[in-house]
Amino acid sequence: MKIGVYVCECGSNIASTVDVEKIVEEAKDLPNVAVSRVYKYMCSDPGQELIKSDIEEFELDKIVVAACSPNMHEATFRAVIEDKGLNPYVLEIVNIREHVSWVNSDKDKGTEKSMSLLAGAVYRSALMKPLERKKVGVIHTALVIGGGIAGIQAALDIASMGYKTTLVEKTSSIGGKMSQLDKTFPTLDCSQCILSPKMVEVNRHPNIKLLSLSEVVAVDGYVGNFKVKIKRNPRYVIEDKCTLCGDCLPVCPVIAHDEYNQGFSPRKAIYISYPQAIPASFVIDPDDCLGIDPLICTKCKEACGPEAIDFDMQPEIIEEEFGAIVVATGYAPYPIENIGEYGYGTIHNVISGLDYERIVSASGPTEGKILRPSDGKIPETVVFIHCAGSRDPSKHLPYCSKICCMYSTKHALQYKHIVHNGTAINFYIDIRTAGKDYEEFYQRAAEEDKVIYIRGKVSEVLEDGDQILVKGVDTLSGETVELHADMVVLATGITPSEGTKEMASLLNLAVDINGFIKEAHPKLKPVDTAIAGIFIAGTATGPKDIPDTVSQASGAASKACGILSQDELEIEATVAIVDDSLCRGCGMCAEACPYSAIEIQVMDQYGHSTKIAYVNEALCKGCGSCAAACLNGAINQLGYTDSQILALISVLGGD
Amino acid sequence: MSYEYIKIGQEEKDFIAKVEEISGQNVYSCYQCGKCSASCAFSYKMDKSVNQFIHLIQLGQKKRILDTNTHWICASCFTCTVRCPRKIDVAALMEAIREISLRENPEKVRIADLPKESLGKLPNIALVSNFRKKTG
Repeated sequence: MKIGVYVCECGSNIASTVDVEKIVEEAKDLPNVAVSRVYKYMCSDPGQELIKSDIEEFELDKIVVAACSPNMHEATFRAVIEDKGLNPYVLEIVNIREHVSWVNSDKDKGTEKSMSLLAGAVYRSALMKPLERKKVGVIHTALVIGGGIAGIQAALDIASMGYKTTLVEKTSSIGGKMSQLDKTFPTLDCSQCILSPKMVEVNRHPNIKLLSLSEVVAVDGYVGNFKVKIKRNPRYVIEDKCTLCGDCLPVCPVIAHDEYNQGFSPRKAIYISYPQAIPASFVIDPDDCLGIDPLICTKCKEACGPEAIDFDMQPEIIEEEFGAIVVATGYAPYPIENIGEYGYGTIHNVISGLDYERIVSASGPTEGKILRPSDGKIPETVVFIHCAGSRDPSKHLPYCSKICCMYSTKHALQYKHIVHNGTAINFYIDIRTAGKDYEEFYQRAAEEDKVIYIRGKVSEVLEDGDQILVKGVDTLSGETVELHADMVVLATGITPSEGTKEMASLLNLAVDINGFIKEAHPKLKPVDTAIAGIFIAGTATGPKDIPDTVSQASGAASKACGILSQDELEIEATVAIVDDSLCRGCGMCAEACPYSAIEIQVMDQYGHSTKIAYVNEALCKGCGSCAAACLNGAINQLGYTDSQILALISVLGGD
Repeated sequence: MSYEYIKIGQEEKDFIAKVEEISGQNVYSCYQCGKCSASCAFSYKMDKSVNQFIHLIQLGQKKRILDTNTHWICASCFTCTVRCPRKIDVAALMEAIREISLRENPEKVRIADLPKESLGKLPNIALVSNFRKKTG
């Protein structure tokens, strides 16, 4: 056996705290080492050529590279040795940069640690075996979970690239939170006007199947081959038959709060969220309706000309297979009633940001007139309180919700556009306008629309007659201040939606401390998750504005198509393998596996029926948890077998 | 703890409009970065710093503004004007407040009441300015 050892200086990154010449010399004395060299940048073309020519000249069959983290260049060096006919899995990387030089200042100790790691790697390398990558087929359809703007954009992009896409939405219409917004910052585009063409396109796109009132209830399988169960809840109105004539509305005797208008207006038990809703069909709320089990009232059914109403509709389970999944399950506003001092829920004229969007909307309960909820009067002074919940790690949300500075500024500006003589006052901690044309928008609100900004928090909001007494601080003048307002709007923070939490748990996706779904890498893999084939978009990953959401959705769609466009996928070769003769079927490995890749199967062995662990290689990520958990040593991870690891440890453990 | 009561009604808005008319400046252009106060050589003598003074104008708090010494300490050196990132002529705002103060109280400084020995020490330009206010 001939091992080649290559030590990288990484400019001065490694060489400044590790005596590379010394370890290269010492490596020459290690068993099986045929050649040992140092180079300034091993990852550069000349560095790679050096390895390639040595493989030919010395007929090397194992390579050890001491350089940076394998996350950086393992793929590079695997390709190098594969190019010269070696199996890519006989490469061993020793991380003497992140693990040694960057965390050490003592050169002697750094050199000693590097030598020890390198020697261990050489011993381990001697035991490494070539491994084969297996291949799995790919189902060329995508599932998009969540029908807000992120899900809509992702579904449209995947469908436009030619793949069948199923879009699953929990509520009766797609559109999400964006459909409730009046205008969007910084351009003041009407939200519905820019959203509804996309919704219509979803509806008529030949590659998109839209499942409204539906929830994903189970997901099995792996990248390229997900098996998904979707529960479709009954609409009680046959979508294709409903003509939106509205004959059912006047006859329905039930009045309920209209969720779309944040409860500020009534709706019937049979309703459509808003005129542009997609699917364009009425829906019956089974909790409100008197016609659904028990059948007390059938007035809408009698009035319905096209016979679209079916009180007996039942939930159905749809089972389908998909190659890739995009999770776009969105956000929920922070429950601001938790901030007792701001009086939401107890003082009538204290409203949330989303409440305000409906009040200011031309299609809202006041038809775009700004009228306060208590008495329908036009408020002369409105106070907008930023960071209602956000940036308050002690009691509420630790993070900045990102969009509130801009939407509160937009709210104040809209108020001034409608109530010219009114006074709009924003209490803020910092104004954050990091987005294209955002700072200009904020300056315009102040300069042109005379929106007043007071830097400081509001301490409490009290009812005072038919007005509201706002007490707070002006940190710029250093004074505590109080003033009377006619309405208070809270800049509600963003939290992960129930759907986001449910999907994270169902799909085994990692979440951050706040419950948002974690990206595979916060900078370089912002739409990937830790699970291959599952991508994320929009506010499910954290607070985000519409432009960021849409671009992230397109990114996720493009990554999903990267999978859908292939006929088969190579799976990593360093998977777990079970020694049937040692396995006793205890199931500890299956419990330890974070990817649900191990199942205990009953097998016929030597005429006896025995339980044995079975590893689904497509699901296995090669993390090694099972190998560590197994008491019998029956499960091993290829590329990191017990014998290889023990050889490494015996060297590291000292002389 | 006492709270400063802030009322922004018509009176306050009229006052802001007057300041803007005299100075030709938009007081809401100010985003309170504080560069004016940081640049002013006399900040330490002012009972409200320049940015706090502008903030009070934004809130229309006329009485409190006129009660400060800020606009009288200002020597119109224009450093604030030159350095303001929002292109506000801050010195013009100071002048506007002095104007308003003197228009309402033309006798704020009575030359005749000044002690003779002080007259010799005062800069001529200060005296000339003072007479100019009397012209309305």
